[in-house]
Amino acid sequence: MNLAIEVSNLSFRYAGAGQWALKNISLSIEEGEFAVFTGATGCGKSTLFKCLIGLIPQMYPGEYLGRVVVKGLDPAQTPVSRMAQRVGMVFQNPDNQLFALTVENDVAFALENLGLERAEIERRISKAFRMMGIEDLRKRSPFELSGGQKQRVAIASILALEPEILILDEPTSSLDGATAKKLLEELGEIRRREDITVLISEHRLDLVVREATRLIVIEGGQILADGEPREVVHQLLKDGYERVEPPKLSRLAWMLGFRGANSIPVTKEEFVEKLQGVGK
Amino acid sequence: MIRIDSVWYEYPSGTVALRNVNLVIDRGEIVALMGENGAGKTTLLKHLNGLLKPTSGKVEVDGVDTRTTTVASLSRHVGLVFQNPDNMFFCTSVFEEVSYALTRFGYSREEARRRAEVVLKTFNLWQYRDSSPFTLSGGEKKRLAISIVLAWMPSYVVIDEPTTGLDGWGKRMLINLLLNLKDRERGIILSSHDVEFISEIAARVVLLRRGEIIADGAAEDILTDPVLLEEASLLTPQIPSLLHELKKRGFRDLNHKCLRLDEAVRCLSAILGRPDQGCDGF
Repeated sequence: MNLAIEVSNLSFRYAGAGQWALKNISLSIEEGEFAVFTGATGCGKSTLFKCLIGLIPQMYPGEYLGRVVVKGLDPAQTPVSRMAQRVGMVFQNPDNQLFALTVENDVAFALENLGLERAEIERRISKAFRMMGIEDLRKRSPFELSGGQKQRVAIASILALEPEILILDEPTSSLDGATAKKLLEELGEIRRREDITVLISEHRLDLVVREATRLIVIEGGQILADGEPREVVHQLLKDGYERVEPPKLSRLAWMLGFRGANSIPVTKEEFVEKLQGVGK
Repeated sequence: MIRIDSVWYEYPSGTVALRNVNLVIDRGEIVALMGENGAGKTTLLKHLNGLLKPTSGKVEVDGVDTRTTTVASLSRHVGLVFQNPDNMFFCTSVFEEVSYALTRFGYSREEARRRAEVVLKTFNLWQYRDSSPFTLSGGEKKRLAISIVLAWMPSYVVIDEPTTGLDGWGKRMLINLLLNLKDRERGIILSSHDVEFISEIAARVVLLRRGEIIADGAAEDILTDPVLLEEASLLTPQIPSLLHELKKRGFRDLNHKCLRLDEAVRCLSAILGRPDQGCDGF
């Protein structure tokens, strides 16, 4: 397997801050993974993401130690615009990303800036809109859309860049459960079909753990746990770690004793399977 | 008590956001308004402190018709926390942000200072007291927005989407706090689509769809009814969803009206003939 991302001994302190936001982080992510980053607010998830696309250290002054390699490039040295063609990032608040008069123009903007041919732009826009299921929104103003629709437009505008890595910072925070669930399933589907690597930060593990191949828990700028989601959740429950909320059904399985030696069900289907093994 | 009587609301654009809403909310009660984005939850909340006045019908807060008074005087009794906290901030420091409303409401400087300190410590924000509110992270801003309103302890606490941006710790703290307010005879009105959070807290759930109330009742009845929830475009919470699945698979005696973890542990242990503590791995 090829590595999509390799972070070695990364530390970062924002200019003027007393504390290090990231402390000696080492992490590698293979191509095609769906990696979920979780941790309390302010733990360093967003800072780490900014390092992966080079916004840190290029746009945010501070003290930067260690080395990051993303798709063979060093984001600290590569122009952010060039990184952006390989790595797409969707920020927490979609309003910050939308600005044009129509949804279509919003998505076309970055593609025009890349100097692509009109036909290629059209092809990519159609594809991204189809992937996100928002073909009917093309002519609408981005500002009259609902939160869920805006979030989809923001993701489509990044997918149109055809990134090899897609990074999403709390993409479901303003979405209702049904919409959030659908969005995550779509992202999982896109990952499998387009073979891209997805990194996502999320508090609601219930929603995201089904699609995840990897769960990384960050606390105080350090990696607290990293591995297969069922094993990491098992570890969190075993340690009684309180800052991150494990999926509710995992907590129930734990309290009832339905668990393996180092793994625990994280979805309803897995729970039922475990239970039928014992209950009958 | 807040009495919402045959309220219709039409936005100037012509969109009808509320259709004949009737609701009575008492002090000491936690009520969750639930429904998908655009169902009318926020519009209804804005009627409670008079920010919006009904197009027809009326809203009374402790007997006062919201059309006959000002938002400023209603806010003393009904504290509204907006979904996006950025809309509430305008001071240069976190501390001033909390003490501002207190001094406006006539508290002495000393008392305002004391109350601001208590809430900021409760919400784990005291260390940021001299920082600008705009330098806080998303979850911290949310906590600040809630603490501003709680500082003056209004009779009714109204929070639009309380869990947006909160992590596990933030949610647990908020649950304890709201239960505590309920015990102190405050009326708590939340709008939310976070079914897991509301499962842990709400005594009463009101489902809204396209501006209409389609259900009003106990959380354990409404949040365990997949058909009703689907009508309101909400997911069934995980625990009742699991229990329904188990019933389908032959565990017929299971009580599926469980919402909280401790209840689910009790009813599943009973059915499996296991002690509450469960067993060790197998």
